[in-house]
Amino acid sequence: MKREILCTISALPYRQPIPVYGFRFGSGDKTLAVMGAIRGDEFQQMYTAARLIQRLEKLESDGALSAGILVVPCMAQFSMNVSRRFWPLDNTDINRMFPGYADGETTQRLAHRIFQALQGYQWGIHLTSFYLSGDFVPHVRIMETGFQKDEAGLDFGLPYLVIRSPHPYDTVTLNYNWQIWGTNTFSLYTRATRDIEPGSAEVAVESILRFLHRYGLSSEEVPEGCKSVCVNESQMVAIGSSSAGILLPQKHPGDKVAAGEMVASILDPYTAKPCEEIRSPVDGTIFFFRHAQILSERTIVCRIIPQNNS
Amino acid sequence: MIETVVSAQLPVGEELAIQKNRIEGAEPDSRRIAVVTGTHGDELEGQYVAWKLARLLEQKRKILHGTVDIYPALNPLGISTIYRGLPGFDLDMNRIFPGSRTETMNEYIADGIVRDIAGADLCIDIHASNIFLREIPQIRINEKSVDQLMPFAKLLNMDFVWVHGATTVLESTLAYSLNDIGTPTLVVEMGVGMRITERYGNQLIYGIFSVMNELGMLDEPAIPVQPPIVSTDGHVGFVNASESGIFLPRVSHADRVEQGQTIGIVSNPFTGEISEKLLSPLSGMVFTLREYPIVNEGSLIARVLGGVAK
Ligand SMILES: [Zn+2]
Repeated sequence: MKREILCTISALPYRQPIPVYGFRFGSGDKTLAVMGAIRGDEFQQMYTAARLIQRLEKLESDGALSAGILVVPCMAQFSMNVSRRFWPLDNTDINRMFPGYADGETTQRLAHRIFQALQGYQWGIHLTSFYLSGDFVPHVRIMETGFQKDEAGLDFGLPYLVIRSPHPYDTVTLNYNWQIWGTNTFSLYTRATRDIEPGSAEVAVESILRFLHRYGLSSEEVPEGCKSVCVNESQMVAIGSSSAGILLPQKHPGDKVAAGEMVASILDPYTAKPCEEIRSPVDGTIFFFRHAQILSERTIVCRIIPQNNS
Repeated sequence: MIETVVSAQLPVGEELAIQKNRIEGAEPDSRRIAVVTGTHGDELEGQYVAWKLARLLEQKRKILHGTVDIYPALNPLGISTIYRGLPGFDLDMNRIFPGSRTETMNEYIADGIVRDIAGADLCIDIHASNIFLREIPQIRINEKSVDQLMPFAKLLNMDFVWVHGATTVLESTLAYSLNDIGTPTLVVEMGVGMRITERYGNQLIYGIFSVMNELGMLDEPAIPVQPPIVSTDGHVGFVNASESGIFLPRVSHADRVEQGQTIGIVSNPFTGEISEKLLSPLSGMVFTLREYPIVNEGSLIARVLGGVAK
């Protein structure tokens, strides 16, 4: 294992320079790069990358790796250390600044520097979080850019492979640009973001090691994963609230639901009496569930993968 | 008359209502313009324009034809919390248009706003830069809609029209969404965040009357306006800080500068040293100048429009 400084975040005179570390394993080939936390609340993503680093260190010393791998656990220190999700000075999101710009604004420059370090790899994995707070079934997500290799996403052995058609705001993310610039890119979502969950981090680490093994890049056997089901995001059924109040979930990501079954209730915030019972319109599996104590009306509560897709 | 454009119930006993002031003259259905502002909660220049325009139109009601809709606050929660974005939401409000009825309350609100403005003869979307930069009164036009918008832009009495390149991420702005469905929409940028520059507001109101004249909405002699400088006549140069520290300007906003002239310095309060002298890349007019003193590496300091005659 080689630890090196990929770039430095500098905001003198009142913050000390912050090194962004890359951990290199195996050969000098650019086989796989894994990006951890870009935002200041992606604790689970940093933790997952850190656990991956431990496992790769062991594999390397056992002589089991036949690939060149780079892991960047965190480039969000400047935000993380002050409890902010985005760049604290102007609240911009580095993951909306890709491919970056060397002569641009601060977060464009940071995106540019990390993108330089991540370029040229055959495979890229971004451990990331969603713009709505909520919990997911662990899955691999591929952006439909026209350049993507969907089948490879099945090799992680996670329960789902989700194909997403990019919205305009997706075109400035790492995933989208990485793919456009020739790296086969996956976003890997574990259950949580703000909470450290060792179990779900382990699921993610195992899935990456499984991927390496399937491509003959690591000789270590990894237990069989799931047979991934491929779902297009547009086939999922979104269920929203039609009233506002306290959100009381009845189901969790991964749960099976029958048509008509209750997935959550909205309670009157003053009397705790139910003002809405939110029911699934279809048979299926809960894929995403909002993490919120209170909810506005007309807001998504969960997404369900309908039965005929699973 | 105050009308509610779209509303939604917030979690705990409060309604979020987007409202407008509808001012009708003779034949109210003959023509309609929409003056909108307050998408970014820290931009307040438009508040003065909304107030003053409503007062002046009240006096001009006898000579008014058609309808003027004034929307002072597209993001009431942002304005009320001194927050640029949508409180509790990751995406900038100007990145979720044209909105949706199946995502979140914020997208539902965006959808309601677009539906209400759609079909107007002209929409003027007033922005006020941000808290970091001061702008001269200007119009920003996507190069894709120059032909439709330039005739209106030249009537609005602004100093400058900046024609910018088309990028996918900007397809989710209010202006793009409205232009896309055939409702001509001009973006005004002027002044600075969290402040009001009445002089700029009065200048814009003069321009709004000039446009209304052109559209046959005011029974009074047309007001002559100064033609703006158009960016395609010259060249825009950017000045970004290379060092972090405290910025001190050495020119005034809207000054003419020579190539190589010092626009400002980055100072270091610890040592009394000048960390960096920021020089103009070309001779021209400083149409954007940094207002907020703290800078990080990359922070935008100034934009200079060169190549135009004095
Ligand atoms: Zn704005």
